[in-house]
Amino acid sequence: MEHNDDPLRFHVPAPSARPGEEPDFSYLSLPAAGDTRRPEIDVDSSEIRDLADGLIRVLADDGRAVGPWEPDIDADDLRRGLRAMLTTRAFDDRMLRAQRQGKSSFYMGSRGEEAVSVAQSLELAEGDMYFPTYRQQGWLIAREWPLVDMMCQLFSNEKDRLHGRQMPVMYSAKDAGFFTISGNLATQFVQGVGWAMASAISGDTRIASAVVGEGATAEADFHHALTFAATFQAPVILNVVNNQWAISSFQGIAGGDESTFASRAIGYGIPALRVDGNDYLAVVAASRWAAERARTNRGPTLIEWVTYRASAHSSSDDPSKYRPHDEWKSWPLGDPVERLAAHLVSIGEWDDDRQTELETEVEQDVKAAAKEAEGYGTLLDGHLADRRAIFEDVFAEMPAHLRRQRDEMERLA
Amino acid sequence: MTTMAMNVAIRSAIDSMLGRDDDVIVFGEDVGFFGGVFRCTDGLQAKYGERRVFDTPIAEGGIIGVAVGMGSYGLRPVAEIQFADYVYPGLDQLISEAARLRYRSAGEFTAPLTVRMPVGGGIHGGQTHSQSPEALFTHVCGLKTVIPSTPYDAKGLLIAAIEDDDPVVFLEPKRLYNGQFDGHPDRAIVPWADHPLGDVPDEYYRIPLGEASVRRAGDDVTVLAYGTMVGVAETAAEETGIDAEIIDLRSLLPLDTDAITQSVTKTGRCLIVHEATRTSGFGAELMATVQELCFYHLEVPIERVTGWDTPYPHAQEWDYFPGPQRVGDALRRMMEVAT
Repeated sequence: MEHNDDPLRFHVPAPSARPGEEPDFSYLSLPAAGDTRRPEIDVDSSEIRDLADGLIRVLADDGRAVGPWEPDIDADDLRRGLRAMLTTRAFDDRMLRAQRQGKSSFYMGSRGEEAVSVAQSLELAEGDMYFPTYRQQGWLIAREWPLVDMMCQLFSNEKDRLHGRQMPVMYSAKDAGFFTISGNLATQFVQGVGWAMASAISGDTRIASAVVGEGATAEADFHHALTFAATFQAPVILNVVNNQWAISSFQGIAGGDESTFASRAIGYGIPALRVDGNDYLAVVAASRWAAERARTNRGPTLIEWVTYRASAHSSSDDPSKYRPHDEWKSWPLGDPVERLAAHLVSIGEWDDDRQTELETEVEQDVKAAAKEAEGYGTLLDGHLADRRAIFEDVFAEMPAHLRRQRDEMERLA
Repeated sequence: MTTMAMNVAIRSAIDSMLGRDDDVIVFGEDVGFFGGVFRCTDGLQAKYGERRVFDTPIAEGGIIGVAVGMGSYGLRPVAEIQFADYVYPGLDQLISEAARLRYRSAGEFTAPLTVRMPVGGGIHGGQTHSQSPEALFTHVCGLKTVIPSTPYDAKGLLIAAIEDDDPVVFLEPKRLYNGQFDGHPDRAIVPWADHPLGDVPDEYYRIPLGEASVRRAGDDVTVLAYGTMVGVAETAAEETGIDAEIIDLRSLLPLDTDAITQSVTKTGRCLIVHEATRTSGFGAELMATVQELCFYHLEVPIERVTGWDTPYPHAQEWDYFPGPQRVGDALRRMMEVAT
């Protein structure tokens, strides 16, 4: 054994650039579009371990779709995705402004990572269940869940379906296959696996898709999810949205410097894909591959979506304190909205005028929805959800001690 | 009517529910082929198949986490945690998720799950197989906490727990699985087959959650107890000759405050006993409740007899266990106070 008298070193990973420094994404392994192979869905996980280090990309720099993962998808569906991403962006912008104006207490934007939730939302079937984090509003918008209802939740007003109980953005939308959002990280990941197990136990045909951020892969629930998904071959898609930043902690703090997040699945024998999350067509293709595996009893798939959180973590966060303020502009995988638009242009299905027209249209949609939602009340005007809702839904039936406490509150002026 | 040990009555309840409702699913560590370390699911996998009764990985957070997901899907999961001492990795899923799903989604998603776990000491289990963590659960809004003291109650309460649309923590006093325990470890336990409370109907029945029962009627002092301590209190009453009224709470949340009030206003004295540690234990809640509701009827201060505020020791477990002597001493003390 080699003898060492030198003091041991304690290693704390550091990001490639801090405020004032040049953005540096050289740490990322980014194979070119079309380079990563596409196996058949019945492949054994042991034969595709390389895909955990690959990068499934369809859109080349010139906007063309290339390689084996190019999905069969028509232009109308792509335009639908483009509209949903643009609406999401307009929604985020407006709701962040509304938060700044005091109309809500909090907001979380999804700029730069809209494709991950929008494309999968349109790809999965009605009845499937999505277990989102707080940054998947694109799923709801893609399914045309009413913007007004989303806003009423943000404003905690009288029309808030959740009666003001939840922080803004913690939507619940069973009718859109969107599970109630928890503020505790990664809890939904293993619940999604449980839902998928239940579907299989029941002989159902529906599948689940669960989402976790790269930072929260460090939580025990992530590993519970993989253990249970592998053991019971649950029909579930396990999405890791690697947007590089968990508030101020870069992905290396979750162990990302040592191996890709996709490769976490290898030890569990779960097929893993690493995918360009800003490539709308790649998101469609990989989601489709994983969904087909789940639907045909081939078990779970883990997908790492490589993307970048261009927005602040939340309305309470100032990223310029911990990362170069313009880092997003150097992000090598670009902007999902611009890339999809460029692709549509490259196949002759889109042009600048239509883009401008669409942007104006979604802006108007969001504005009209905001006007209506604000009419029902915001944090500013005090038209908040009824305080009696505090005591309802704690249990199916209100027990005596809660009735007593509710009565006590009601006696207060 | 058949006689059943408590673990058999629990199995009978699960069997009954598996037979009645296809949405009932049973899982946990070693519960499948083997039938559970305390035999509570023995034979159920053979009867209902692996789809309904199965073994899980050793991950309490995972067990409760998937149970929440299954509940939100529409199943009625019955999860076993092998010992209550092991439940802590699953507390986030129980406290932050199962208990709040209905509330945070305004009823869109619910978690009608039952989490069973053996509690209490007296089996040489040391600090990791003896704990009584009920107060951790009763402190959580949105959870129900139930603990039987007889085979009959175990079956009826467990059926009610499984049928309940909210998450229920079902605590099983492991010292009572095989027989009634009088609190004297040097005496043989009375097998439930030889005990009148071991009579359990084979068929389905339920005992509503939130209703206490009077184990022993009396006029002198009310003893509030649950689980193993109900039998211990009974012994103490016999040995002291004090006419204690022993209330078996059965359900800690919801709590039957009417039964408590009724008894304490009659006796004017209240002794609270539990095996769990004293500080911030459920006895503190009971004491506060009695003080709030019965203060003007109390003739002597409310007392508590509980486990010491230490980890559950191994070799010295009977020095730790709040046995009939300590309960009896408290009863005598309370009766001696001049009124």
